[in-house]
Amino acid sequence: MMGRGLLGIEDLDRDDIELILETAAHMKEVGERDVKKVPTLRGRTIINLFFESSTRTRTSFEIAGKRLSADVVNFSPSSSSLSKSESIIDTAKTLDAMDPDAVVVRHKVAGVPKRIADELEAPVINAGDGAHEHPTQALLDLMTVVEKKGRADGLTVTIVGDIAHSRVARSNIYAFTKMGAEVRVAGPPTMLPANVESLGVKAFGSLREAIDGADVVMALRIQRERLSGAIMPSVREYHATFGVDRAKLRFAKEDAIVMHPGPVNRGVELSHDLTDHRPSVILDQVRNGVALRMAVLYLLAGRPQPRPTEEEDS
Amino acid sequence: MARVLIRGGRVIDPATNRDEIADVLLEDGRVVSVESNIDARDAELVDAAGLWVTPGFVDLHAHLREPGQEYKEDIASGGSAGAAGGFTSICCMANTDPVNDDPSVTEYILDRARHESPVRILPVAAATKGLKGELITEMSALVEAGAVAFSDDGKTIMDSDMQRRVLEYSKMVDRPVSVHAEDLTLVRDGVVNEGPVSTRLGLPGNPAAAETISVARDIHLAEITGGHLHVGHVSTAGAVTLIREARNRGIHVTGEVTPHHLVLTDAETAGYDTNTKMSPPLRSAADVDACIEGLADGTLDAIATDHAPHAVHEKDVEFTEAPPGVLGLETALPVVLELVRSGRLSPAQLIAALTCNPAQVFHLDAGRLVRGAPGDVVIFDPERRWTYDPAKGYSKSRNSPWAGQEMQGRIETTLVAGVVVYHVDRGVLHP
Repeated sequence: MMGRGLLGIEDLDRDDIELILETAAHMKEVGERDVKKVPTLRGRTIINLFFESSTRTRTSFEIAGKRLSADVVNFSPSSSSLSKSESIIDTAKTLDAMDPDAVVVRHKVAGVPKRIADELEAPVINAGDGAHEHPTQALLDLMTVVEKKGRADGLTVTIVGDIAHSRVARSNIYAFTKMGAEVRVAGPPTMLPANVESLGVKAFGSLREAIDGADVVMALRIQRERLSGAIMPSVREYHATFGVDRAKLRFAKEDAIVMHPGPVNRGVELSHDLTDHRPSVILDQVRNGVALRMAVLYLLAGRPQPRPTEEEDS
Repeated sequence: MARVLIRGGRVIDPATNRDEIADVLLEDGRVVSVESNIDARDAELVDAAGLWVTPGFVDLHAHLREPGQEYKEDIASGGSAGAAGGFTSICCMANTDPVNDDPSVTEYILDRARHESPVRILPVAAATKGLKGELITEMSALVEAGAVAFSDDGKTIMDSDMQRRVLEYSKMVDRPVSVHAEDLTLVRDGVVNEGPVSTRLGLPGNPAAAETISVARDIHLAEITGGHLHVGHVSTAGAVTLIREARNRGIHVTGEVTPHHLVLTDAETAGYDTNTKMSPPLRSAADVDACIEGLADGTLDAIATDHAPHAVHEKDVEFTEAPPGVLGLETALPVVLELVRSGRLSPAQLIAALTCNPAQVFHLDAGRLVRGAPGDVVIFDPERRWTYDPAKGYSKSRNSPWAGQEMQGRIETTLVAGVVVYHVDRGVLHP
């Protein structure tokens, strides 16, 4: 599964996920050392191909690559000019000619990492594509939950917010259901995608019900421009109905943790004090993000590249 | 003039309920007789033993891109693709550049067709000026110039009063109004069928209701105006039901469905291949089933290709940015023969949907093998297997969901006005 890249959690099985998490635990030790660097990927080139700006994710990948001694190159064409001038396929072929060992792709349109992977010899790591998947985010979330709870199996995970437009939601749904958790999603009906149950979750139109007995409450980042229009009338109404605060959290398990992929719109998805204090684990997520991405880069760019055989290629 | 005898094939002519081994004699560009063992020693002989012989196919919906977008297709390449696919009459849509909203453009297309196309090209003129939905075109002059129907295809006339006037005014020239039925305010940025697939892929959904709302509106407008509504590329079970009910109530509505909406579902989009992006989008298995049922029970009259060539560089972009549409002319027959092989349609039902039914919808003198009818005939082997490679086809474009796939059913010979214009071994032959 992992040989040709990491495009989504949907493609992974439980063994793949466990291998990544185990590797990430080792990588985390590296980040806790005085000298946070190992020579594992020396001489390897990793390209961060970010069509959509994301300082946090790109920086996380960059630090991960550098801690493994890889040469990390950032390539950030603006996606608007690109669609007019150079096709994504041409971009992919151009990069391929530079022989990278891994390419990390972020794009605002679903499916672009897949199309680029189809053209590249190097493995492609999806760093978020439209409303499709953001696999490393889900894996770092899973890593954080396993650290805090000792397991994912049997837990109840409630994902709150704009599920329809969220790649984080989809990847986390796949990740947690594959590891044996019960996943619930909650949001106004305008923010739940069509046939959301087909993803293997229970959908709730009320935060209180969705949160009832939950071990993990994960709030998604809401794009503010979506909070005044056809799908949500106002920020005030959103926060009142689906914003997570201590009063609503009372319905969750006593030891429930609160997660958020960041950056938080304070007072919208999460109340101010929850953003900074327990039981929120937001900074643990960020910390684990570097270790998790080191693990993924190591597993994909660190071994000799399996070239497709003649038969497979034809 | 030359006489051609097509000998010993299985002649299927739904217009005359014929399905038997027979000979077909063509003379002076027209059908002279269809019977067994015709004696015509001086005639050029075409051996059709073991093959099916049917009227040439009639396509009510193709985009030939000329004038204006000749890098995608032109009348010569599109007409050749038609000949290779068994289509002897192709109705070409008006969304060219300039738009076919003026008799001069209609005349230009017909003039080019006379010189460049091996098959008959029949222009569909715009229903409104510039496809803008604001001013009715000069339908009388356009019909005079040779337009066979009216359509703003690719766009929906969203203003209901304008759509009403188009349906009303078209009665004056007794021509159908072919509609691209989608409520664009509901489609918004939708690019794939809304449902489990759009949710899984994270692509904006286009709900089936966008089509049914628009079809329902147009049926009501056809009812109050008495105009002839032709629903283009029907893709949803809901639209099939609406059209069925409307026909039962005596409203003048006809319908067509594309080969891709008859055999492919939205599951095809799983790999984000932009050659699975169509407008309307590929739908669910239940929708596909309803479209086949609609064809079988006569709710839908015709199979139309919606042949929509786009250049490789236009399709090699993000899924949301790619223009919708796929090639259709060269693959239609093998694709829809699958419905006969699976027992969903009889051979006669399938051939009717490709010949006499579409001819009747647009009032064309085509699609029948009777004495005096145009000598447009297609001869094909329904079993023969071949691999489709768009690069080796006649279309200038390559955007097909069937590229590289094995097809079953191959056109052997296409005749227009009694002249062979395509032969499987010799290719397209310009008359």
